[in-house]
Amino acid sequence: MTITADEIKQLKEKAWQIRKDIIDVTFWAGGAHIGGGLSMVEILTILYFKYLNINPSAPEFEDRDRFILSKGHGGVGLACVLARKGYFDFELLKDFNKFKSPFGIHLDCRKVKGVDASTGSLGHGLSMAVGLSLGARLKKKNWFTYCLLGDGECNEGSVWEAAMSASHFKLTNLIAIVDRNKLMIDGATEDVMGIEPFSDKWKAFGWIVKEINGHDFKAISDAIDYAKNEKDKPVIIIADTIKGKGVDFMESQVKWHYGGLDSDLLIKAKQSVDKAYGRD
Amino acid sequence: MSEGLTWTVYDANTMTQAEIYGEVLCMLGEKYSNIVGLSADLANSTKIGKFGKKFPERFFNVGIAEQNLFGISAGLAKAGFIPFVSTMAVFTALRAAEQVRTDICYQNLNCKIIATHAGTSFGTAGTTHHCTEDIAIMRSFSNMTVIVPADGIETANAIKACVEYQGPVYIRIGRGFEPNHYQNEDYGFKIGKAVEIQDGTDITIICCGSTVFHAAQAAKILKEDDGLSVRVLNIHTIKPIDTESIIKAIKETRRIVTFEDHNIIGGLGTAVADIIAESGKGCAFTKVGIPDCFAEIGYPEDLCNYYKIDTDGIIEKVREVMGKEFEQDDEDWEDEV
Repeated sequence: MTITADEIKQLKEKAWQIRKDIIDVTFWAGGAHIGGGLSMVEILTILYFKYLNINPSAPEFEDRDRFILSKGHGGVGLACVLARKGYFDFELLKDFNKFKSPFGIHLDCRKVKGVDASTGSLGHGLSMAVGLSLGARLKKKNWFTYCLLGDGECNEGSVWEAAMSASHFKLTNLIAIVDRNKLMIDGATEDVMGIEPFSDKWKAFGWIVKEINGHDFKAISDAIDYAKNEKDKPVIIIADTIKGKGVDFMESQVKWHYGGLDSDLLIKAKQSVDKAYGRD
Repeated sequence: MSEGLTWTVYDANTMTQAEIYGEVLCMLGEKYSNIVGLSADLANSTKIGKFGKKFPERFFNVGIAEQNLFGISAGLAKAGFIPFVSTMAVFTALRAAEQVRTDICYQNLNCKIIATHAGTSFGTAGTTHHCTEDIAIMRSFSNMTVIVPADGIETANAIKACVEYQGPVYIRIGRGFEPNHYQNEDYGFKIGKAVEIQDGTDITIICCGSTVFHAAQAAKILKEDDGLSVRVLNIHTIKPIDTESIIKAIKETRRIVTFEDHNIIGGLGTAVADIIAESGKGCAFTKVGIPDCFAEIGYPEDLCNYYKIDTDGIIEKVREVMGKEFEQDDEDWEDEV
């Protein structure tokens, strides 16, 4: 299902909205992982508004596609996407991080509708995705499991345990995506703990690798279409992204891995997003 | 207890706890098509391999990768399966503790973990393979149920019971050379409910796992040689613990000794101590187990003897506690706070 120009236009509209949502929620929350939230906006937007077979009115229906945010600190981004998809009222996110709120920095599947797995501790998501994929195969179900990882997260040994098992079990109903934004809390991924040659590592672990521009809807769409049709090996999409994408003063700035916004920065950030989308 | 299943295919006198587990799981696999089995290159050692041979499509060996093992089992539980996961206790409670806690307990998933080679049961392997910390760790994980079966028969009961018990369960068994206490399974096993092996009024021995056999033997000898009336409580479920039976023992025997093949910090003894402390009632109390050290190397029977968690050791400790001065004839015990 090749993506159409009209679909891309609509997805861009959604992405513009979600970027501004992430800024709002970060403001309300007093702080969030805004940099990594913004870097994955196109990936989440296309999954939730084009690919995932899901139903916000029946969040648990069995044949739905699953999505695991292995980079669980991106919870602020996922929460905004789920709200715009209709799982809950966006206004509820004003309680983000507040006492007894269902919404914390790392989303809890037992508290937030539409979240398939509680994640946050890094390196756990791909293993759970492998289990879900094995489960689908065992039940002879056709649903796909998508798993979004962070690049820094791939320092964790458990990611590679999971990677090894996905190819061993020939899981072609599992689609992994890495948000390769090249920054982690302490600095650039290659300075803190180099992961390059990243593609070669996944290939060596038995995966098919698609390297794409992670902000380009057409490129993401083509890669997912490819992955859905692959019948031999698991596919990983390494999505080259920019941390803080859309907010000029945050882009590629390690200090915006996690941050809060005051009223002035809130306005500036939103203006910057509008400008990036030609809406200023 | 599950209906329509017979449990006579195993011979408790010749089979280890793990072998009985493997057999029972195979039988359960016939009835429950949603049971899946997982191991991390220990299918044979843990005996879950029997299930794997019978139901190869429902068994996953993930290689030597325990973090992945528990993560995958969480995913399978999310897909509606009942994963039975087996590796050695030390790799479950320590190597993959975070996956057990975060992937399984936090999400309250229906995974059943049968951890083998617990305590000092693989004593000759040394500290890397001993596991005298797992009860402390596992009982501190919210949502987790912790069961320490006395022997093979009780393991069978625990396996049967946990299938229909919703939520994560940790069942701790030994390497396979532990003495058997039970001869048949009809003694009223129920998750969360202690089994009174023997009633008594002078002192209560509280035990679990391999110490149950020794406690029962010790109670008989103490009756014959010392004329002591010893109550023996098999607390097979450490969490949720049977508070009622323990409070009753405090009131009725006023002396309690706990025995376990685990560090005295955090295990059965600590769980019982919490109840005694919160009861506000006086009670002579001693915990016996591995005394906060990494255990010596040796055969389990030698180690249990050394740490006084065998029959002779239990007798010695009971006599010690009985010899202590203790105000036991206080008519107004109820007024104590």
